[in-house]
Amino acid sequence: MAALAPVGEVVREPAARRAAGVSARRRRRLNAFRYLVFTVFGLFFALPLLAMARFSLEGAKLGTWSLTAWSQIASYQGTQAVGIPPLISSIEITLELALITCTVIVLLLVPTMIWIRLRVRWLSRTFEFLCLLPLTIPAIVLVVGLGPIYNRIQRISLSSLMLFWVYVILALPYAYRALAAGLGGLDVTTLAEAARSLGARWLTVIVRVIVPNMWQAILNALLLTSALVLGEFTIAYLLLYNNLQVELYSISRNTPNAGVLFATSTAALAFAFALLLILSYVGRRRRRSRG
Amino acid sequence: MTPQATSAQEAATRNAVEVQMTGLSRRYGQVVALDGLDLTLQPGELVALLGPSGCGKTTTLRLLAGLEDADAGQITVAGRDITHVPASRRDMGMVFQAYSLFPHMTVRQNVAFGLRLRRAVAAVRDRRAVEMLELVGLSEQADRYPHQLSGGQQQRVALARALAIEPQVLLLDEPLSALDAKVRAQLRDEIRRIQLEVGITTLFVTHDQEEALAIADRVGVMRDGRLEQLASPTDVYSRPATAFVAEFVGLSNRLAGTVSGGVVTVRGCDLPLMDRSTPDGPAMALVRPEAVTLASGYPADSGPLTGTVIASTFLGATSRVTVDLGDTTILAQLATADATAHPAGSRVTLAIRPDPVLVAVDGATSAGEGA
Repeated sequence: MAALAPVGEVVREPAARRAAGVSARRRRRLNAFRYLVFTVFGLFFALPLLAMARFSLEGAKLGTWSLTAWSQIASYQGTQAVGIPPLISSIEITLELALITCTVIVLLLVPTMIWIRLRVRWLSRTFEFLCLLPLTIPAIVLVVGLGPIYNRIQRISLSSLMLFWVYVILALPYAYRALAAGLGGLDVTTLAEAARSLGARWLTVIVRVIVPNMWQAILNALLLTSALVLGEFTIAYLLLYNNLQVELYSISRNTPNAGVLFATSTAALAFAFALLLILSYVGRRRRRSRG
Repeated sequence: MTPQATSAQEAATRNAVEVQMTGLSRRYGQVVALDGLDLTLQPGELVALLGPSGCGKTTTLRLLAGLEDADAGQITVAGRDITHVPASRRDMGMVFQAYSLFPHMTVRQNVAFGLRLRRAVAAVRDRRAVEMLELVGLSEQADRYPHQLSGGQQQRVALARALAIEPQVLLLDEPLSALDAKVRAQLRDEIRRIQLEVGITTLFVTHDQEEALAIADRVGVMRDGRLEQLASPTDVYSRPATAFVAEFVGLSNRLAGTVSGGVVTVRGCDLPLMDRSTPDGPAMALVRPEAVTLASGYPADSGPLTGTVIASTFLGATSRVTVDLGDTTILAQLATADATAHPAGSRVTLAIRPDPVLVAVDGATSAGEGA
């Protein structure tokens, strides 16, 4: 005799119940595997960072805690006796560099890539090749190549902000990839044609139809570009410019306290991480607001 | 009242415009997409362009929309030459095959987008958007985003968006082909209802003959960048101008026969010719399956139209039966009751109704070319 089921409840056949049980077991196993992988890799990355942070807080005696190394970074004056500490000004310069590089990258790449997709598709391979080229050139080769150009630039301005020229080149492959992924997910041609048939001019098509649909890609490009600028050391150091990384290196070299080296590295990481977190938070809020 | 008459009446009240394309040509490298096309759309009329892939129907629509430039020819709308006017200033509403709603805008914002570009004030934009959404039956979805709508709903919003700007001409580029069969049929009827209600001159491009025949005032059948025939759906089906039209629109049996004195004799049946001036001699008669019927009485043991049923396709009220006549097979569209009485393996004797037919001579046709 069939069992009575309450209204709205589905009576599962034994086979269906078995299948559901198997699928639940598989899901549990998969989740356990995910947590395991996440934990192992989390520890792999987190432990050295935590050790570095701990060392930066090491007191004079082993096993004690102290903020001496951190206060030395903040108060480090370098060769100058008074004025704004060089660390602060290097943070300022690096942020300005990130801002300029991001602006130039977005203004350069976004319209160009949309235009190529819409009007000169045959150029897309060549453009991709040009954008990815910097990936294949080692920083040191780039510096040798850019040396004469920067000699001329330095005759006009000695500002570290001039580094943005080379940073734009360095960031091109990453920004290009992020933007290409965003554009690839859109039917740009149909959207543009629909907008055109409704009376939109090309500029309106780009600004009001295509760009709003690739905000996430633009934010990703900005995130990668900022990360690159915040962490760049080699080129700035070799071209004799001063940015955050060069300054941190200089602080760590010029103080006898080894803890300072670790404190500066931790500070640099924390600084970059905080900025990237802010950028990705902005992106997430945008996505949510679109429902 | 015929749909065309209704359409014309609406057009008169709403200032529908005439669209004229003269000698339009377009090449893509060596490929000729359009070859001197002449096509006129009467005010308020819905013309469907039908044809196989690559026949030039979408190119025609894109040239009219201004999304591509013609190599030669002229396009006039209401007497104004718009051949070199950019797409953004052509005043045409367009619905695309692919879903083309702007993903970052709500349904309401999508519909109002064209009006916003025309700097209409917010109140007017909103009122018009609501009107258009009511017209397509989606006013309750106004604040949703495109990804929250089904395919059919998205195309209805696209239609509302195209009509919101009160365009002179409506262009529909296979708007139903991405939808499933049931939604397609519903939306097809809805498009026709709205087109008649608005009274707008419309060009509808499709490769689906059922869609074209069901919706259009006139159907243009295209092949290799040229119009093979432009006529009412009934004429295109029952009086095809060329063998290509006869075979592309609906199904046709190609049966060998002999022409003599305006009549073609096919397997013992004399069938009148559409074009009585066809020269005498051997030819292929194009016979519609619905002109093939079961002969009354018991099937003969043998004869030119006696054969064995080899397959039967259920189509609802009718069934399509394939009969092997020995040297050829023939399709007959029979009432399902008759088809059921003659399952595969049965012997049947057929008859051919003496409707006027076309004959194809070496792939050409006895009827004149063009519309």
